Amino acid sequence: MSTLTKQDTFIGLLDTAPNNFSAARTLAKESYLSQGIPVAKAEEYKFSNIGKKLEQNISNVAPAQPFEVTSEMVHSSIFAGYEGDLLVFSNGKFLPQLSSKIEGVEVSLISEKNDLAIGSIAKPEKDAFAAINQASFEDGLFISVPKKAQIERPILLLSFNQANGGQVIQPRFWIEAGDFAEVTFIDQSISLGDNSYFVNKVIELKGGVNTHLKYYRLQNESKSAIEVSNIETDVQKDARFTSVNISLSGDLVRNNLSLNLLGSNSEGNMYGIYLLNGKSHVDNHTNVDHTIPHAESNELYKGILADQSRGVFNGKIFVRQDAQKTNAFQQNNNILLSEDAIINTKPQLEIWADDVKCSHGCTVGQLDEEALFYLQARGIDKTQAKGLLLYAFAGEVLEKIEEESFRVYCDTLIQERLGSKF
Amino acid sequence: MLSIKNLHASIEGTEILRGINLEVKAGEVHAIMGPNGSGKSTLASVLAGREEYEVTDGEVIFKGKNLLDLAPEVRAREGVFLAFQYPVEIPGVSSTNFLRTAVNQVREYRGLEALDAVKFLTLMKEKMKLVEIDQKLLSRSLNEGFSGGEKKRNEIFQMAMLDPTLSILDETDSGLDIDALRIVSNGVNQLKSDKNATIVVTHYQRLLDYIVPDYVHVLFKGRIVKSGTKDLALELEEKGYDWIKEEVDSAATV
Repeated sequence: MSTLTKQDTFIGLLDTAPNNFSAARTLAKESYLSQGIPVAKAEEYKFSNIGKKLEQNISNVAPAQPFEVTSEMVHSSIFAGYEGDLLVFSNGKFLPQLSSKIEGVEVSLISEKNDLAIGSIAKPEKDAFAAINQASFEDGLFISVPKKAQIERPILLLSFNQANGGQVIQPRFWIEAGDFAEVTFIDQSISLGDNSYFVNKVIELKGGVNTHLKYYRLQNESKSAIEVSNIETDVQKDARFTSVNISLSGDLVRNNLSLNLLGSNSEGNMYGIYLLNGKSHVDNHTNVDHTIPHAESNELYKGILADQSRGVFNGKIFVRQDAQKTNAFQQNNNILLSEDAIINTKPQLEIWADDVKCSHGCTVGQLDEEALFYLQARGIDKTQAKGLLLYAFAGEVLEKIEEESFRVYCDTLIQERLGSKF
Repeated sequence: MLSIKNLHASIEGTEILRGINLEVKAGEVHAIMGPNGSGKSTLASVLAGREEYEVTDGEVIFKGKNLLDLAPEVRAREGVFLAFQYPVEIPGVSSTNFLRTAVNQVREYRGLEALDAVKFLTLMKEKMKLVEIDQKLLSRSLNEGFSGGEKKRNEIFQMAMLDPTLSILDETDSGLDIDALRIVSNGVNQLKSDKNATIVVTHYQRLLDYIVPDYVHVLFKGRIVKSGTKDLALELEEKGYDWIKEEVDSAATV
């Protein structure tokens, strides 16, 4: 399809794949071969030329090997006030000895679950990177929350990444929750060193009816980290899924988040902040598919872009013909702090039903000068006044994080970045 | 305290202030009146440091310092307070956090120790009484969803908290009903002392029944064309501004 420079090299990676899930892997490999690595001409990757970036930075397309992670490293990496459970990874490999035994939750390797329907939610034909992961992932984690279980303590997925020569790290998760189950995940990666590496992550979440799943992610990796993630979930009847994604750093980050609303009275919420400086480039592609009547989706992404950073927002809402009485709301607001910062924002609504409430909007602007003057006129230093206003701008998303210790942590990071102390 | 000499200021190339001269001493209340578009609000904005205005000539000396050299926040810390004609709504910024930050930055500049949460609250409660402002308002985002009267009361409340030496009230009375006007004026009067001064910018004489000025100046076409006592304000109330305009225009043609 597209002309590829790296396709052959990735094929090498594909050839190193384990023998399990052979049908799923073969399907994914074929899917990848027909798609190829997206280059600048690919519509879905128009503003994020990941092919070129990989070519420039990934000299060694081979699976990154796990390295030693000590319990001290784990302890010093957990944010203050966190009292939940913990699952630890080294370059994508699960480290059970450093992880919690989570009461009431089954945690095992994907390789131990031979009949798992890998790729049935995050389908390889939808994205070349999902296909590469499915074709070549080494192993992954299966997490299952039983029916009616209310897991009160959040589960922190703590990944340590350090790859030499720009190797490839391919985490894969299958998370399922039985009917009425409630659980919260926090996903955080720690970069060790400044080496470039490529994380290609896939998370498939399968919830039952009336489940309440929350997925919070902090992306604050090294300035040379390249990451693509495909996160997709099926939301069933009366169920709610909420994602909050905080991006603060990275070289090139692409987040594909897809929600399939499959049951009536289901609710999908997608929130995000990208607060970027330097040359960081963060691309959030979200997709919500309303397939049935009486479902609701809410989306709010906010961007603050300084220096030469670049943000991309593409939010697609698809309302099928049967999905009458849909409520779908989408908003993307951006503040550019420098002449060189760039935002490409594209709301996409495709509505086939005729009795729906849908709204979308995007704004791109600078700081409100009148508000800034008002704060200064009360004696507040200009830099701090700017920080205060930007913090208030981001606050609307931050407050969506219900897990307090994590919210406070993100809050602190954002305040530090904005140079405000409140 | 404040000495304005031959002040000229323009916005986007249009000259608004064309040679203002004004002396304000501690303990005094000066009213600046004038028809719409005469430059009253511009004068208030230039004194507070609004960046859109370019000062093209003249000087402003405040407590011995060249005010025009100072950033808006430094002017505030030096003791200049502008009560905004249109207070800005700032969603997401809590009134209390904002004010505590402001008060402590001002205190730090003045060599006073920062107020801790308890002392700050005590001060707040004391000053709230001055303008009969409800604490519920202050737990909300700054000015967000406040009524016109609440916004103006909040301005005077902030003034009380920041303890300025020169307060400039920019059309603080416009849009207020009698009750709100009485409350706001009462607050201003209680804050008056022989150490501070007030400049009241207004279109209407009504406010001056409540805040009684020592001097009244009429601003027209960017200059102070007439000064007098509070009686001048009453005369303006009775006769309107036309006779002033005629006086100025006939003087110009002579």
